[in-house]
Amino acid sequence: MDELIEILQEIHPDVDYETATDLVDGKILDSFDIISLVSEIADRFDVVISAEHMIPENFNSAKALWNLIQKLEDDE
Amino acid sequence: MHNHVLKDLKTTAAKFPDKPAFCGEKSVLTFRQLDRAVDRIGTFILSEGIRKSPIVVYMEKSPEEVACFFGIIRAGSYYVPIDAEMPSVRIHLILENVKAPLLICDDATAEAAKELGFEGRIVHYLEIFGQKLSDDGASGDSAFSGDIYENVDINEAELEEVFSRSIDTDPLYIVFTSGSTGVPKGVVGCHRAVNDYIDQLSEVLGFSSETVFGNQTPLYLDACFKELFPTIRFGATTYFVPKTLFMQPLKLVQYLNEHEINTVCWVVSALTIISIFGTFKTEIPKYLKTIAFGSEVFPLKQFRMWRQALPEATFTNLYGPTEGTGMCCYYRVDREFEDGEAIPIGRPFDNTDIILLSDEDQEVTKESGEQGEICIRGTSLTLGYMNNPEKTAEAFTLNPLQKGWPELIYRTGDIGRYNERGELMFVSRKDFQIKHMGHRIELGEIEVNAQMIEGITGAACVYDKMKGKIVLFFSGSKEEAEMKVLLKDSLPRYMVPNVTRKLERIPLTSNGKTDRVALSGMI
Repeated sequence: MDELIEILQEIHPDVDYETATDLVDGKILDSFDIISLVSEIADRFDVVISAEHMIPENFNSAKALWNLIQKLEDDE
Repeated sequence: MHNHVLKDLKTTAAKFPDKPAFCGEKSVLTFRQLDRAVDRIGTFILSEGIRKSPIVVYMEKSPEEVACFFGIIRAGSYYVPIDAEMPSVRIHLILENVKAPLLICDDATAEAAKELGFEGRIVHYLEIFGQKLSDDGASGDSAFSGDIYENVDINEAELEEVFSRSIDTDPLYIVFTSGSTGVPKGVVGCHRAVNDYIDQLSEVLGFSSETVFGNQTPLYLDACFKELFPTIRFGATTYFVPKTLFMQPLKLVQYLNEHEINTVCWVVSALTIISIFGTFKTEIPKYLKTIAFGSEVFPLKQFRMWRQALPEATFTNLYGPTEGTGMCCYYRVDREFEDGEAIPIGRPFDNTDIILLSDEDQEVTKESGEQGEICIRGTSLTLGYMNNPEKTAEAFTLNPLQKGWPELIYRTGDIGRYNERGELMFVSRKDFQIKHMGHRIELGEIEVNAQMIEGITGAACVYDKMKGKIVLFFSGSKEEAEMKVLLKDSLPRYMVPNVTRKLERIPLTSNGKTDRVALSGMI
C-alpha cells in the first residue's frame, strides 16, 4: 500500500491519498494520470490491468486501487 | 459570392432542421436550433454596438459553446475560446493580449468569470436568449430546453448586411498556443484559410451527411475544426465524447457503438488508450470507418492492433501546425510498416505547398533525401500572432526562393525529409517544442514559469521521449514535490512536469548555456 501511495504522490504530491475517495469523480486524476498510473503499477507490481478494470470505482481511492491490485495478484 | 465559413449553415438547417448537429453530455442542438441560436447571438452582439472585435467564450465544452463561436462569426467578430480548466494566470495573459469588449459564460463558469478582473461586459449564455438568472448568476433548473430558441429577437437585415460586407481575409478566431517566452501566442485565423482547409480535409477523409463524428479534442484549439465546420457544411452530426470516458476504454467503445460513430479524428494517445488495455478482445468499435490521427507518433504495435480490429477502416495520418489553420499534410496508410519504421506525414493537401529549407535558406529537393525545415505556402496560412509583431515576423517570413513579389511562408520549426518513395517524413524539432499527450508545448514556457517561483535560481526542462514524461531540473530553495504543486497554479495541467528533480546547480556548457545533453543523460 505504501508503495502505491508513493506512486500516486509522484503524480499529485498535494493530495492526501489516505482520505481522498473521489480521485476520479472529483477530477483529481485525469485520463492521462490514469494511463501513467496503470503503467507504473504494471511495472512495479507485475499485474495486468485490462479494459474491464478501468472504471472509476477502482480508481476513486488509493484503497480501492490497492484492493484491485491484490485481487489481480491473487488471480495469477 | 461570399467565401464565409457559415455560408452553408442556412441551407443545411433548411435541409435537416430536426437532425442533431452537436450532441453534448447535457444537451443537443438540432440544425434549426443551432441556426436560430447563431442568429440570436449575432443579433445580440450587433445590438451591443460591437463590430469586428475579439469576443471571449468561457464555457464548458457543449453545443452551446459552438453556437457562441458561430454567433460571434455571424456578427463579423472573432471568438477567443478559454477553458474552465486553464489556470487563471494563463487566462489573464490571454485577456490582456486580446482586450475583448465582451465575454460569454455559462453556469459552469459564471462564478469564475466574475473573478477574472475582466474589463468588458460579461454575459451569461442564457441571458442572450432572454432567460432570467437567479441572484447568484446561475440559471435555474429549467435551463437548456429547446424552447429558448423559438420567439427570439433576430435582426435579419443587420446580420445580412454584415455578411454581405465580410471578406474572406477577415479573422474568425484566435486560439492560443504555447510560447517559449512564457507567454502564450494567439494565432489569428481567417475565413478563406478555414474554408480551404475544410474543402481539402473533407475530400481526403470523405465526409458527408452520413458522417457521425466522435469529437475528442478540446474546443479551445484548432483541432476541433475537423468536426465543427464539416458538420454544418454537410449536415453531419458531432458527438462530444465525455472526457471521463478516455480513462474507461471499454465504456468508450460502448459509447462509440451506442451512437454509431463512424469517424474519429483523435490524438494518438486517445486511440492507444483503447488498444493498449486489450479492449478489442471484448468490444470492437464496429461502426468506425474513418480514423484520422496525428500530433504524435503512433507506436506501430498499437497501430497494428487497430488495423487488425478494423480491417475495413481507413487510417490517415494528419500533420500540421496551428499556424497553418489545422492540418496541411496527410498520409493514407496503404502498406505494412516494419518495426522501427515511422508512418509518413505524406503529402500536402491540394492547394497547399510544402517546401523544405536548409539552414542557408536553400531549397532541399525531394531527390536529395536531405533534411530541411518544413515550410508552408498557400491559402491555408493564418494571419499571424495577435498583438505580437516580433514573433509573427520570425515565423511568417517572405519566401526566400521567390523574390519577385512579397509571398509569405510559415516556418514550422519542424525538420523533415523525403523518403525513397517521395513521402514527407517528420524527423525532429529545430527548437525545444515537444508533443506531449497530443499537446504542443514549448519547454521554455515551463522553464520561465518555474523561474518565476520565489527562491528558484535555475530551471531547465527536458522531455523523456521513451517514457513520455516532462522532466524539470531546478535549483533553489523549494522541494521536488512542492515545485509540482506550485507549477499547477500557472501552467495548464498537461504542461505540469511529470518529474521534478532538484540539483545543486543546473549544468552549463562551456559557453554558458544550459547543458541539455548532460541533463538528458540524467533522466
